[in-house]
Amino acid sequence: MKNEKLKIGIAGLLIGLIAAALVYFGNPVNMGFCIACFIRDTVGALGLHRAENVQYIRPEIIGLVLGAFLMSLARKEFAPKGGSSAMTRFILGFFVMIGCLVFLGCPFRMILRIAGGDMNAIVGLVGFVAGIGVGILFLNRGYSLKRSYKQSKAEGIVFPAIQVAMLALLIAAPAFIFFTAADGGPGGLHAAVWISLAAGLAVGAMAQVTRLCMVGGIRDFILFRETKLLIGFAAILVAALAANLAMGNFDPGFVGQPVAHSDGLWNFLGMLLVGYGCTLLGGCPLRQLILAGEGNVDSAAAFIGLAAGAAFAHNFGLASSTSGATAGGKAAVIIGIVVVTVIALAHTFRKSEA
Amino acid sequence: MIDARGRSCPEPVIMIKKAMETKAASYEMLVDSRVSVENVTRFATHYGYQVQVEQNGEEFRMMITKK
Repeated sequence: MKNEKLKIGIAGLLIGLIAAALVYFGNPVNMGFCIACFIRDTVGALGLHRAENVQYIRPEIIGLVLGAFLMSLARKEFAPKGGSSAMTRFILGFFVMIGCLVFLGCPFRMILRIAGGDMNAIVGLVGFVAGIGVGILFLNRGYSLKRSYKQSKAEGIVFPAIQVAMLALLIAAPAFIFFTAADGGPGGLHAAVWISLAAGLAVGAMAQVTRLCMVGGIRDFILFRETKLLIGFAAILVAALAANLAMGNFDPGFVGQPVAHSDGLWNFLGMLLVGYGCTLLGGCPLRQLILAGEGNVDSAAAFIGLAAGAAFAHNFGLASSTSGATAGGKAAVIIGIVVVTVIALAHTFRKSEA
Repeated sequence: MIDARGRSCPEPVIMIKKAMETKAASYEMLVDSRVSVENVTRFATHYGYQVQVEQNGEEFRMMITKK
């Protein structure tokens, strides 16, 4: 067991350094990794939203999924599974994305923002922990999305195969794919394709082995006083913080932080929705990618929900900008908290259907 | 017998935690992923139980007994 904690600690440190390196090689500041932002950029590149400043097929996403896929094959853990409330997972994914885009980052980026000195992300962290706490209230009362069942190899391989197709689209760059201009916004800021892809592959493989999960760390600590996953979370923070200090990228404060806003209430509520929704999903957006790479089609449904949420967020002006949350975004977060609560209630207090 | 097959994280651990409230000397549990085996083993060991795992194809039968 000691060995397990050492392993995730080392992996966390490496992942924090890789995230810092991606910024050095061109990614937006405090955005070495951001699962939500990167899915949003990819969705934009496909033209499913037309926010011109955030359109790019992010190779990190492709790499994370394929890294987990290859590692799970190597460790004989590729196990296609599905049938555990796919539509509900889609909806949870949808609203988790809304929460992420009102806050401006997924739980992974929240850590990287804290490591960059962005104090708004600490407000987000408080909301995140609160949301996980609410989710745990339901878990302890029997919340379950019911069991999954074995699926065919062909079914499990669809999601990794889609990533290969995305890589082909990125490299071929046909005219119907949208790419933000180099000086056109966060979508135009990125490391070279092969660097991003390699980083994604490495982190995806490590996350598969260690089961790294930002939600799981806090959840397991509250539920069972179990620290394994929390060590991974902390190690990423320590390594990214050290790298930022070394490279002069640590800039503590609330105002003028990169790709962030200082609207405290909505940073809090946005991440509350993320923590709450992810606890009901069983893992953070990163973990959903890794599980989908291992053949879990329920997690793939959650991914499609995240992608749909990103498209809606930008088509209907729900995503925040650096000047703060929008009226639509605030309404969407409230609706999200209500919908997630209805889901939690429906899957906790139901008549037994054994 | 606790059947936690197909249950996603962290449900299997919550199931064994709930079961342990009965303070039985041993429990038997079925799971179908290595992650669940790891998580349940970690939890049970922490609470002074010994865990033996037997793999049948893609399923794992866990024997959890008080040390």
